[in-house]
Amino acid sequence: MSAVTTHHDDHAHDDTHAHELPYGQQLRANRLGLWLFLFSEVFLFVGLFAARFYLWRDASGVVRPELDQVAGLIATSVLLISSYFMVRAEVAVQHGEQKKMHNSLIMTFVMGSLFLLSVIFIEWGVLDLILDNMFGVTLFAHEAIKPGDGAFGAVFYGMTGMHALHVISGLVLILIILANGHKGAFTEERHWGVEACAVYWHYVDVVWIFFYPALYLIGTAVTYHT
Amino acid sequence: MKAILTFTRSRFARALVAGALGLIVAAILVAILNSAHTTWVTPGLEALGVQLPGQLLDLAFWAVAILILLAIVVTAFLSGFGMFHSRRMGRFWYYAAGTALVWGVLGQALTVAIVLFISYLTMGSDFRLTDGNVALAAIFSVIGFLLFSGVLTDWIQWIFGHKTELHHGAPEGEPEWMRYFSVDVNHKVIGIQYAVTSVLVLLVGGTLAIVFRLELSAPGMQLITENTYNTFFSAHGIIMIASILLGVGAMVNYLVPVMIGASDMAFPRLNAFSFWVSIPAALLIVSAMFVDTGFDTGWVGYPPLSTVGSLGIILFLLGFYFNGFASIASAINVLVTVGVMRAKGMALFRMPIFVWTAISASIIQFTATQTVGVALTMVVAQRALGLGFFDPTPVAAGVPVGQPLLYQQLFWFYSHPVVYVFVLPGLGVISELLPVFSRKPLFGYKWVALSSLGIALVGFLVWAHHMFVSGMDDSLRIPFMISTMFVGIPTGVKFFSWLGTLWGGKIIYPTPMLFVLGAISVFLIGGLTGPILATVPTDMHLHDSYWVVGHFHATMFGGFIFPFFAALYYWFPKITGRMYNERLGKLHFWLMVPGFWVMSLGQMRIGLMGMRRRIANYDPALGVEGTQILITIAALVIAWSVLIMLYNLVSSARSAELAPENPWESRSPEWVAPTPLPEFNFDRPIEVVGDPYDYGLADSKYIQTIPAAGD
Ligand code: HEM
Ligand SMILES: [Cu+2]
Repeated sequence: MSAVTTHHDDHAHDDTHAHELPYGQQLRANRLGLWLFLFSEVFLFVGLFAARFYLWRDASGVVRPELDQVAGLIATSVLLISSYFMVRAEVAVQHGEQKKMHNSLIMTFVMGSLFLLSVIFIEWGVLDLILDNMFGVTLFAHEAIKPGDGAFGAVFYGMTGMHALHVISGLVLILIILANGHKGAFTEERHWGVEACAVYWHYVDVVWIFFYPALYLIGTAVTYHT
Repeated sequence: MKAILTFTRSRFARALVAGALGLIVAAILVAILNSAHTTWVTPGLEALGVQLPGQLLDLAFWAVAILILLAIVVTAFLSGFGMFHSRRMGRFWYYAAGTALVWGVLGQALTVAIVLFISYLTMGSDFRLTDGNVALAAIFSVIGFLLFSGVLTDWIQWIFGHKTELHHGAPEGEPEWMRYFSVDVNHKVIGIQYAVTSVLVLLVGGTLAIVFRLELSAPGMQLITENTYNTFFSAHGIIMIASILLGVGAMVNYLVPVMIGASDMAFPRLNAFSFWVSIPAALLIVSAMFVDTGFDTGWVGYPPLSTVGSLGIILFLLGFYFNGFASIASAINVLVTVGVMRAKGMALFRMPIFVWTAISASIIQFTATQTVGVALTMVVAQRALGLGFFDPTPVAAGVPVGQPLLYQQLFWFYSHPVVYVFVLPGLGVISELLPVFSRKPLFGYKWVALSSLGIALVGFLVWAHHMFVSGMDDSLRIPFMISTMFVGIPTGVKFFSWLGTLWGGKIIYPTPMLFVLGAISVFLIGGLTGPILATVPTDMHLHDSYWVVGHFHATMFGGFIFPFFAALYYWFPKITGRMYNERLGKLHFWLMVPGFWVMSLGQMRIGLMGMRRRIANYDPALGVEGTQILITIAALVIAWSVLIMLYNLVSSARSAELAPENPWESRSPEWVAPTPLPEFNFDRPIEVVGDPYDYGLADSKYIQTIPAAGD
């Protein structure tokens, strides 16, 4: 039994039997698919966001833990500026300037990595942990927040962790685009890969624009000792 | 990369896989023999007074066992090379070792072994299963399955800059039927894969239900322990939900592209991916029953129990999570397909009505599923990483603590809307079939189309009606009670459209039509009992009682199971080219419908009498015994009727007479196209020139073929 008849003749290969969609239609499908995916992810981030406002409350109202404001501000700026280079990369590929695209992507990659490293080493306190264990010095004024610090720890690590996962996947995408760009995969007219990577990167940026104030700015700061 | 791919396609790789499969099968066999040996043979011989010196018997047993094991492994291994091909056994091993399913399962098993081994290396002699290593093993096991089954191969090639073409037809050098066990990109093959998997999963869930239904037929404990009971009803719930999601996937995949006149889905590879992710996810859920003390949280997985209970709960949570993952991917695919792949003239309000329900269900799936994903991830994160989202233990002065109720908010924000994912496609089948069998236009097409969207949107505003007695803020009760009542409006639109369509029609009653009418009657029971639960004062009493069980079984059966069965019968001639047996179909119906009424109304009755849900035992003083027995009998009748359907479909697919091209005289594109459907659905592109449901209107045409320029 077979529910599908297969074509064995070459009649099946005329254009009425589109195996692959024509480029224009495929591009429209890809764009719509990507945006729907990003819209879907909005619900992931809103879920975390809602958890933050649900949990970070006390009798007086909205609270937040004391975080390292300088580190947070620098990391945020680095991430935002990285988006500028991503725009440059996309414009470059539209003009067929492969070299410029390459350099801009590298810049984006470097800045994205800096953001990631600052999250892991400074905001998560991994650097302090290492320094403290190896040399017994403490570098930062504020003790980093720990995963076990009640709702503070849970939400902080949950939100930054989920965002960091997206930054990492963005970085991997950039690497893939770089490698394929080298092989000449993108032309002035056809560069869906670059476009997708750019849209994704900006999206991850925008998410941080919401997460940053939620974590660092809104509510009364609470100092505590565990 | 190339080298790996060539290796996986070699005879040697096939032989290895066959051998590995043989090893697993043989190991299971030996385990069974061993338990027989220790429980029967040894004590039996002792009872007979036979005294064997020392360990002789054990030695003999193991010698035989190892011989059997070796024989199976070697046969399987050699069969992988194509030896023994003239024997059934040899062909079994040979073909099995070529399927994506077997490769995937082996990949999954291998990954679990690797993760646990690494964990053993780091933990040393005090190795044991922990929250952390179980969670990691589960997550990686899904990736292992996907890598080994070949679902990711094309994408991995793309990463390295190799273009790949879509492969159509059976895998190279394999017979045609192997498509159904391979990673195939054709939406019809995937639709059938979904349907068969859905029915198999349904049987697993149903078997569990029969066991605990037998347990409930009398007070006290007869068959199983309390803990097994808990695991069984939890597993039953989530397995049935997985089955329903698969069934929805089946209908949507098979029908939507043809119905809109497209050649396939917009993203065929993603389509295959969505299907194949749900296999390892289902395996995780099933394995959850056997790890540690099973899982006893119910399908909802509320903390605090889910954050401290058995390790099996982690497997359940992650299985649920990956099912959701598949659901999101396939929903996006459906939406894009309808967005960009419609045939010429296929305006939104000219699409077959089923497509509207598919879109509405997809809108819910690709958004709300994320929030349950967050909730499930949080529980796993709390267990494995110590992030206390739901842990109310105080930490230090000034630090807010986690709250179990947060889980319920996130969970129900998905899980109320998802009930519409289950039922909307089913309601779509009802609206699709009624005009065909009453030979009349669908009453109020536009209203029905929009009512699906309406149900989907209102569905987002009602989630807290599951939490009236959970301790949430009292002031939220009334708003959620009112918003819930609003669901009745678009649902009512559908009911009136069905009545209006039937009214004055020339109705005929083949099996699919009977199931549609049965669905309406059952869905009505479910729909009428909902508002009683949505009313706060009555829900205070009915919450967590068997009334709720009666309510949602009626909605699920009326909204999904009956329409799904109607769909199976209705599109069976399209899929197989043969006609099912009408008498057996009618028998199925006349057993199942009264069976269901008795079961559902009986559940509501004992609920009113004070029977709690999710309880293995009950007080004879409740006076529910008689009804419990009745419910159990009804459940058995339903189970048998489903088996009759399976027999009917399987035997008819093999040998029944050929069906006419368009046995129901439908106007829908899938029936106008040839049977079986060509690889790309239409030999020539079609165009829409009229309305879909103008039955009985002379000379009205819905679609026609666009003549090719050269013809
Ligand atoms: C579309 C079909 C529907 C389906 C598939 C459905 C399904 C369900 C399910 C699965 C539950 C139990 C959840 C659990 O606790 O495990 C449930 C409970 C409930 N349903 Fe429905 N339902 C449907 C329609 C409705 C309607 C139309 C209403 C009200 C107008 C409604 C109101 C409720 C309420 C208030 C509860 C919570 C009862 C309680 O736990 O105390 N449902 N439903
Ligand atoms: Cu609900």
